[in-house]
Amino acid sequence: MEIPKSFLGYKRENGRAGTRNHVIILPVDDISNACAEAVANNIKGTIALPHSYGRLQFGADLELHFRTMIGTGCNPNVAAVIVIGIEPKWTKKIVDGIAKTGKPVEGFHIERTGDIGTTMKASKKAQEFVMWASEKQREECPLSDLWISVKCGESDTTSGLAANPTVGNLMDKLEPLGVHLCFGETSELTGAEQVCATRGATKEASDKFMKTWSSYNDFILKEATDDLSESQPTAGNIAGGLTTIEEKAFGNFQKIGNCKFIDVLEPAEEPTKGKGLYFMDTSSAAAECVTLQAAAGFNIHLFPTGQGNIVGNPIEPVVKLTANPLTVKGMGEHIDCDVSKILSREMNLSEAGDELIKTTLRVANGRLTCAEALGHKEFVMTKLYRSA
Amino acid sequence: MATDIIIHDKKDNVGVVVIEKITPKQDCACWIMEDDSSINIQSEDEIPLGHKIAMVDLKEGDTILKYGHDIGKVVKSIKKGEHVHIHNVKTKKW
Repeated sequence: MEIPKSFLGYKRENGRAGTRNHVIILPVDDISNACAEAVANNIKGTIALPHSYGRLQFGADLELHFRTMIGTGCNPNVAAVIVIGIEPKWTKKIVDGIAKTGKPVEGFHIERTGDIGTTMKASKKAQEFVMWASEKQREECPLSDLWISVKCGESDTTSGLAANPTVGNLMDKLEPLGVHLCFGETSELTGAEQVCATRGATKEASDKFMKTWSSYNDFILKEATDDLSESQPTAGNIAGGLTTIEEKAFGNFQKIGNCKFIDVLEPAEEPTKGKGLYFMDTSSAAAECVTLQAAAGFNIHLFPTGQGNIVGNPIEPVVKLTANPLTVKGMGEHIDCDVSKILSREMNLSEAGDELIKTTLRVANGRLTCAEALGHKEFVMTKLYRSA
Repeated sequence: MATDIIIHDKKDNVGVVVIEKITPKQDCACWIMEDDSSINIQSEDEIPLGHKIAMVDLKEGDTILKYGHDIGKVVKSIKKGEHVHIHNVKTKKW
């Protein structure tokens, strides 16, 4: 198949391109959710991103909170942002971070004004933003403007056999065309960590990966009461035939094809070494992982599943694929790309990779994903430790 | 060609059922992805889609190989054709 050289995206002020054109209402903290949701309810075409944290955090945990907030606002799938927090200082810090992209952003704080007054002021600005954004047109953008993140979920053995290698095939075909790629899931590489480390493009990248994985593994050994047997593999994984974390890890690892990663990113850290594949230190919980990847600037997500994970994200479209025919049959409304014919050998991996590229480009051009049509907007902050 | 079981790598001692289920004493066609070769095996158990079958006799302490890699240890001996899962295989991690 000849791979198209471009897609239709929204060009942003900082040179990036979006696959979506969202106007978001971003609460700085948990107690500002109600106001943010009131604004989104008032002004049609905007979306609120409620979440559970943002108060009394400190140190690296607070840094991650700001990085996730600012990164979400900076994502090129977002046209404009309203930031609402309880206090002025943290609200302004997030507004200033997002403003560096050049996109419209304005902050409001609730203290001394209350929810109703803040809702009114923020709604007026949100209306202005959404009407401005509604005139933005999709334009031809080079394929290299795609930043593709990947993460699998509710995996079973069909994931490792076919759905994950299909993503790997796509990576092998798109990496030479200059796209940015990102995989994560530190925990779910356990058992394959030594093999994964050999896939660093440089010794520095390999060493950084092993350091990240070891630090995670030390944490597990310290905190785990037994062997994580209730969590890794999950009950869904086991029902699907996966027996051990090692088996899950080698299946997971198929997603990067033959690519080598050029750098290791902190959670929600924007890549800065140019095109190519990055590893990000993330949880393997679907919504947490995708939220971090979106905050790092990735504008389309590929999500292979076995037993049928249903996750979505408010700003980054999540494309689902599966090779499990029972999942296609039982919950087809969640599956954007069916590659189950690989198992019956009616389709080979390269054909499946081509199908996934076609689906990815249709979604990049504007086709809604199943998760978007079904209203999945999971926005889940990663918390490193308890608050003060 | 119809396939009942897929094996990733020639070194693997387990295969994955890719039809809805296989039944005891079923003659199954296996496809080895690595070199596109085919072999046959008779099953001993009923094994559902996505679950593993032992391609050889395995004894306690043996290593299960899948994708050509170590994915865990045998904790209860397994005969060729039997179901391989959490009742007879455990992680070597954690």
